[in-house]
Amino acid sequence: MPVEIDIEHVARLARIDLTDEEEATLRAQLGVILEHAARVGEVAAADIPPTSYAVPRANVFREDEPEPSLPVEEALRNAPERDGDRFKVPRIAETTA
Amino acid sequence: MTELCDLTGSALSAKLASGAVSAVEIVGSSLDRIEAVDDDLHAFLTPTPQLARERAEELDVYRASGAPLSPVAGVPIALKDVLATNGIRTTCGSRILEGYVPPYDCTAWTRLSGDGAVLVGKTNCDEFAMGSSNENSAYGPVHNPWDLSRVPGGSSGGSAAAVAAGAAVWALGTDTGGSVRQPASLCGVVGLKPTYGLISRYGLIAFASSLDTVGTFTRSVRDAATLLSVLGGNDPRDATSLDGEPQDYAAGLDRGVAGMRVGVVAEAFGQGVEPGVAASVRAAIDRLERLGASVGEAHLPHAEYALSAYYLIAPSEASSNLARYDGVRYGFRAPGEHADSVEMMFATRGQGFGPEVKRRIMLGTYALSAGYYEAYYGQAQKVRTLIIRDYAAAFDAFDVLVSPTSPTTAFPIGAKADDPMAMYLNDIFTIPANLAGVPAISVPCGVDDAGLPVGLQLTAPVLGERTLLRAASAFEADLGLEFRPPLLAA
Repeated sequence: MPVEIDIEHVARLARIDLTDEEEATLRAQLGVILEHAARVGEVAAADIPPTSYAVPRANVFREDEPEPSLPVEEALRNAPERDGDRFKVPRIAETTA
Repeated sequence: MTELCDLTGSALSAKLASGAVSAVEIVGSSLDRIEAVDDDLHAFLTPTPQLARERAEELDVYRASGAPLSPVAGVPIALKDVLATNGIRTTCGSRILEGYVPPYDCTAWTRLSGDGAVLVGKTNCDEFAMGSSNENSAYGPVHNPWDLSRVPGGSSGGSAAAVAAGAAVWALGTDTGGSVRQPASLCGVVGLKPTYGLISRYGLIAFASSLDTVGTFTRSVRDAATLLSVLGGNDPRDATSLDGEPQDYAAGLDRGVAGMRVGVVAEAFGQGVEPGVAASVRAAIDRLERLGASVGEAHLPHAEYALSAYYLIAPSEASSNLARYDGVRYGFRAPGEHADSVEMMFATRGQGFGPEVKRRIMLGTYALSAGYYEAYYGQAQKVRTLIIRDYAAAFDAFDVLVSPTSPTTAFPIGAKADDPMAMYLNDIFTIPANLAGVPAISVPCGVDDAGLPVGLQLTAPVLGERTLLRAASAFEADLGLEFRPPLLAA
């Protein structure tokens, strides 16, 4: 059975505008993909530890040596919009009267 | 006619060292080939001919001083467009990074560049390396030099096609679930995915961080060893980079497979494997046996769950990694007035990402969302443990494992474009190695009835690159395949 998904909710979590057509297509496709993917539950018993990295490393540190950071001009070079030395974005908070 | 760009890197390096040719001549040959074939292939998104010529001239001046050269010096190389290059447009095959010019180099290129390799261009790929056919590039598909109506495989399809056609002598790609090995198989070149963490991921624009691996495309196993010798070794800028200095992987390459224990992955000859692929790979196994390897049957009993696990783990990590594309600091921002920043982000991501990337972000977001995490992502990570155990058991009995790289040869453009599940099945034999972090290589082993290349996949334990390359090299030498795509026959 294909998995039923609240596609609008997932799109909100992912912050992606989807057209009605995209929602319909994704609802059907993700349902089928997840039905296949859910097979992981058939073999993953409780006593098996999860693996996040196949070749694990722990406590990776480097020397704490100061290095020059990216110059402001370089950092802003790819900005869609800038204002002086800052990234410019549409308003991010309600304005209070 | 064979040009300089049709030679292997090791042959070119020897000619350069002896003074028989100049770097300018070698690079010119590669640039001429790009000019001749790339209208047909569309392997390059950003060719860099001017930079390449300047670089070659500098190298010839340096060479004239009598200074010793690295074996990568003067060799024309292409980089998949997910590898950041300072001052050179890097798009990931996506609209959302259309005009992005990185302010830094990835470590892989820093090392090659430092040794004198010459960049001839950035190659086309599936958007953010998500795909198996290169049809997901926002800039149009790549065509296979063996048959222009067919896909080159993916996601590093441009790199594979470029090397197959001589447009570059070498190329780098990335392999998250098979994106180096599968296109190498479909284009008839050598594709190496090293152990996870052996080559730094710094500057590899992230898709799925626990699986992403930089890999190489070459026309000989020796060239793959040469490249790995420069690329490998610890990088403090990547916390997942393994300890250890760079090693010489070309040493001992010719020692053969006599006495080597080769395990044939039994599960990899089932349903969905084309008869032409199975026949070619079976013949390759017989050849290894004739060369003195002891061949037996190996089992990866949980491999059948690898695809399911992969399509939870990779999209989950992608949904997190790709959250950074929000129209604020770099890349595309949806045009027009926006009521607020959040609305701008929704519009930017809706317009900037293509269908496959949206599909995977949605899949990953769902798999990580409240109430579903344990059933999907948590379980998938346990399957990963089972697959690692499968390999450990198999490598108790065998030094290397063999299977087809891909169940099929190159398929027509458009054939699987509307069926994500059918497309995902292309990677069924390559994905387990990514989940376990083990190294694997695809080497050409013949052609099917339609004259399309077939790839043999060899897999070794973590950091077993020497054994892997030695077996692949012995096979390659004995097969003696001298094949060129029909595109170059004229």
